[in-house]
Amino acid sequence: MRRRLTRSAAPYGLIFPAGTWLLIFFAIPTVLMLSLSLQTGTVDTGFRMTWHFGEYGQAFSQYHTYFLRSLQYALVSTAIMLVVAYPLAYWIAFHGGRHKSTYLLLLLLPFFVSFVIRTVAWQFILSDEGLVLGTIKRWHLLPANFHVLATTTAVVAGIAYNYLPFMALPLYVSLEKIDRSVVEAAKDLYSNRRDVFLRVIVPLSGPGIFAGLLLTFVPAVGDYVNASILGGTNNTMIGNIIQTQFLVNADYPMASALSTILMGAMLIAIFAYARTLGTRDIQEYV
Amino acid sequence: MSAARTEELTPSPVFAPAPPTRRRRRWTRLVLPGYSALVILYLMTPIFMIILYGFNKTGHANRVTVSYRWQGFTLDWYRRLLEVPDLTAALKTSLLIAATSTVVATLLGTLVALALVRYRFRGRGVMDFTLFANIAAPEIVLGASLLALFVTLGVSRGLLTIFIAHVMFNIAYVTVTVRARLHGFDRSLEEAAQDLGAGPWTTFRRVTLPLIFPGILAAALLAFALSIDDFVITQFNAGQQTTFPLWVYGATRVGIPPQVFVMGTLIFLFGVGLAIANIVLQRRRVS
Repeated sequence: MRRRLTRSAAPYGLIFPAGTWLLIFFAIPTVLMLSLSLQTGTVDTGFRMTWHFGEYGQAFSQYHTYFLRSLQYALVSTAIMLVVAYPLAYWIAFHGGRHKSTYLLLLLLPFFVSFVIRTVAWQFILSDEGLVLGTIKRWHLLPANFHVLATTTAVVAGIAYNYLPFMALPLYVSLEKIDRSVVEAAKDLYSNRRDVFLRVIVPLSGPGIFAGLLLTFVPAVGDYVNASILGGTNNTMIGNIIQTQFLVNADYPMASALSTILMGAMLIAIFAYARTLGTRDIQEYV
Repeated sequence: MSAARTEELTPSPVFAPAPPTRRRRRWTRLVLPGYSALVILYLMTPIFMIILYGFNKTGHANRVTVSYRWQGFTLDWYRRLLEVPDLTAALKTSLLIAATSTVVATLLGTLVALALVRYRFRGRGVMDFTLFANIAAPEIVLGASLLALFVTLGVSRGLLTIFIAHVMFNIAYVTVTVRARLHGFDRSLEEAAQDLGAGPWTTFRRVTLPLIFPGILAAALLAFALSIDDFVITQFNAGQQTTFPLWVYGATRVGIPPQVFVMGTLIFLFGVGLAIANIVLQRRRVS
């Protein structure tokens, strides 16, 4: 009798510390941000709950261009990542041979350099006087007024670079899992190489594609590091606005409203994903 | 070549592939590896840059910031690595936070992984979804909502709040990593230990722990890397404190001292060394 009791209590004892930590510092803050967005006041006078929904109207009317821009940048860079990463993941999974783990380590190598420093390195590469662009310009292969830094191209390329491994790894995992005999079967049934790829391999790697899209699109929408290091004044994303409102202007209600909207949109995406494909899958990919 | 030969030797299958496709295949065979090599090279480009710029001379005598232009090779910055006091302090803060938050997050996350793998209990699904949401949520939202909590409670931001934030985002990663290793775990080994008279604690310490230790180590490495690298969540909860990534970000506006690239290089080499050591260790265990 006693033994059974301790057994059923054991899992709760194990998850209690982490569960409490996540409840206080992850779950509750999310709700709190919603409440903060409905308050009014300033840092000096303090904030009071007034159920003021005005921030949301203002957030949409004043900042919709930034929301749309972030969405655009994220969509374009995610599409680029999928196109760039798929052949690579395919090659490692099907032709990597004995060196698969080496290739995977190479794929992860950029993560050993800090995210900010990686982005700064791109600033150096793309700068007008930098090693790459500066040299090309000195040879007069490009017009003098050709710039990359502080343009949309630089920001989208930066995002696509920084999150590429998050796309490539889930793709690799799902391609690796494909039963080779299914591919053989398709070939035996007179499928040509194009059909094997489009009608067998791509559909079977579907979960990996979805996981990759989610794992790159979500951080890309909220990103502000690439825009502020590589972009110009015309490339401000919604992340930059939220960051400024929170940390520079201390306009907490407005900042909270903006991030609540962002989180709401993301939650819909995450929930839709969890409903259709389950949460188990994505955990295999991270 | 060898493929063609085995085909000659083995009795030819009824439906042999048509010969004309073979020539085209040989040419296309180079495309995919070549492309993959290019992508990997592209991923490496910033790393080469960071290592290279750590050796770049600077033009200005007084303002010691790295210049975009290549001015010649020097080892000065390695010799004068710790001569920017703020940067050194920021790096120390980063190491301190990474070390402490890794220990706590690894402990808490491993316990959750143990609970999720071995027990079916009410609330399992909730825990699962919480971990999933924590990983899938954008960093800026995690950072901003945690700041909302501290603002509401009137907690001033500093070392402690950074530590809290880092443990918060690392727990889920630790759990997922450890759980992946626990899946192939053979329970009969534990049962054997208990049949031989070992109590639950002894069983855990002498049988379970050694078996899952590589997983815990991998999780701790991941947590350490994520912590030392984190920018967004840290920026929201740092107050006046500066960590290494925060300092570098701030310096992009005024000019970056070459020491940043040297530190970046050293952290990179350290991480790669640990990763390789981990792989070698596991290979040895398997064989």
